[in-house]
Amino acid sequence: MRVRAGPGPVLAVSAAIYVGAILLSGQAQYLLPENLVSVLGRAVALGLTAVGQTLAILVASIDLSVAALISASAVLASVVMDGDPAMVVPGVLAVLALGAVVGLVNGLLVAKARVNPLIATLGMALVIQGGLSAVVSNFAGAVPPAFQLLDQGSLLGVPAGLVLLLAVAAAASLMLNLTRFGSDVFAAGGNPEAARLAGIRTGRTVVGAHVLCSLCAALAGLYLAARLGSGAPWIGRDGVYDLESIAVAVIGGTVLAGGRGGVWGTLAGVAVFAMIDSLFNILGVDAFAKQVFRGVIIVAAVAAYAAGTRRLVA
Amino acid sequence: MTLAAPRPFAARLRGVNPVWAVLLLLLLAILLLNPAFAEPQGFMNFLRRAAPLCLLAAGQVFVLTSGGFDLSQGAVVTFTVVGASMLLDNDEGATGWVILVLLAAGAGVGAVNGLVVSVLRVPSLIATLGTMIALGGVVMTWSGGAPRGYLTDGFRAFGRFMWRDVPVVGLLPAALLVLVAGGALLWWLLHATTYGRLLHAVGDNPEAARLAGVPVARVRVIAFVASALSAVVAGVLLGGFSGVSLDVGTGAELQAITAAVLGGTLLLGGRGLVGGAVGGALTLSALFTLLNLLGLPQPVREVAQGLILILAVAFAVRRRGT
Repeated sequence: MRVRAGPGPVLAVSAAIYVGAILLSGQAQYLLPENLVSVLGRAVALGLTAVGQTLAILVASIDLSVAALISASAVLASVVMDGDPAMVVPGVLAVLALGAVVGLVNGLLVAKARVNPLIATLGMALVIQGGLSAVVSNFAGAVPPAFQLLDQGSLLGVPAGLVLLLAVAAAASLMLNLTRFGSDVFAAGGNPEAARLAGIRTGRTVVGAHVLCSLCAALAGLYLAARLGSGAPWIGRDGVYDLESIAVAVIGGTVLAGGRGGVWGTLAGVAVFAMIDSLFNILGVDAFAKQVFRGVIIVAAVAAYAAGTRRLVA
Repeated sequence: MTLAAPRPFAARLRGVNPVWAVLLLLLLAILLLNPAFAEPQGFMNFLRRAAPLCLLAAGQVFVLTSGGFDLSQGAVVTFTVVGASMLLDNDEGATGWVILVLLAAGAGVGAVNGLVVSVLRVPSLIATLGTMIALGGVVMTWSGGAPRGYLTDGFRAFGRFMWRDVPVVGLLPAALLVLVAGGALLWWLLHATTYGRLLHAVGDNPEAARLAGVPVARVRVIAFVASALSAVVAGVLLGGFSGVSLDVGTGAELQAITAAVLGGTLLLGGRGLVGGAVGGALTLSALFTLLNLLGLPQPVREVAQGLILILAVAFAVRRRGT
């Protein structure tokens, strides 16, 4: 059996291109640690979302509702908090509860009602976005300055957002590799029928993965509310977090069919995207051309993984 | 196929795609709220506006039947409308060749999608997502971010023109003729040719189809080309009654997938129904018309579309009993 290449090569090639292009353009100051940290800092929301998306993809599902949930979470947080430091905890709890409910419904639709995950979560996205747009049409509420520390604060020189992302990724990775639930995730995604025959309650595993995925998106919404100071009903859609989180997970080596992949690969994918963005900015590439490159790079990265396999895909 | 023995009426009724019953109910509800809908003006306008989505859904069915998804349809629609305004450049005589160029470009996009999926083995979800993003960038670069061109009257006629004083129906929109011709062609290709049978085989079990000697790659590429071409034609029709903007096609692919699923096409391949997809598209359009008549705002339409999407698929799963 052929051993699947990890995300290492993709990350190494992108890093080499990044460093090479910056040196060639004679702008070595962009390689200083603080600049690199700020490049990654801009990718925190995508990273948080993508860690959750990875869990959904690992159980052979997918979540297209994350972008709408991010918008709803950010708006809910800023409306509940409304500038009052005493309301930070209720605000965070409300957002996490929203995430848990959305994830639970997604999971039940996929696992119990057996609705195709793409359709179930797309429908959920339309419901959330429609409901949100019916209530608010602009920036609503505000988060108190104390909450903005989630973006502006830092721990040992590392931005707070990046600390949050690394903590979530580490927790997800430990859970996947060390707990019973984690091994169930790989089993349920790799071969659901075999997992079921082996006594694994695959339905519960899928629901659990969806709840965690939505909680990650809710965290991303909280982070964006802290970063922007308020929530608006379009911030998730504008960030294209649904499709981009899937793209970085796949670039990081998580297989869309489920059962193979991991959180660190996804973070490598996020780093690749962050480097592409930064590089295009430094080199002054036109924003529209950047979009064309981005589309090509997503396809090329997945094609690189698929090279050499003989499995047919649809 | 066995010889069709005459079946009892009840059994034949059960064989009818349920989407038509839903459509009938919705049309009756619209009629109740707005009796003018029954006049040629109301009904033909409805068909004219629904025609682009019908074509998109019928084309999407080909890719869905092959087991994939085509997320690039909306981007192709935008490319068609914006591209037409750039190429026409207010020259009425250019309409003919501009449409041919756009069809050729659409076929190229479809072929690239199909080749990336079948040769590079990139799942269609990612491949067509890449195309959607890249094509969006191409359109923005080409138009400089703010399309300002106009569409000539000749070009707009396909979506806009109506023949008056036609016997029996009264009014006859050109868009309806385009829909009937395009829909019939797609129906014939999927349901009456060897190609259609091979496409079903590929979607049902690609590995088995390959071992049986089916040229899987070629069958898939043709499906993506059909989907992209239907998006170009839908774009030409849409250009007739919508403005030139960068988001004219946004979300069209999702509505097309919804319509196809409503019509009974199975996701992940194996069964596609062109007629059902047209019925699904009409149903979706009728639903939007109804919600509009009820004075419900755009966000509520979104919620309704989401719920219907989930319910339709859950219902289909129950019917199959899997």
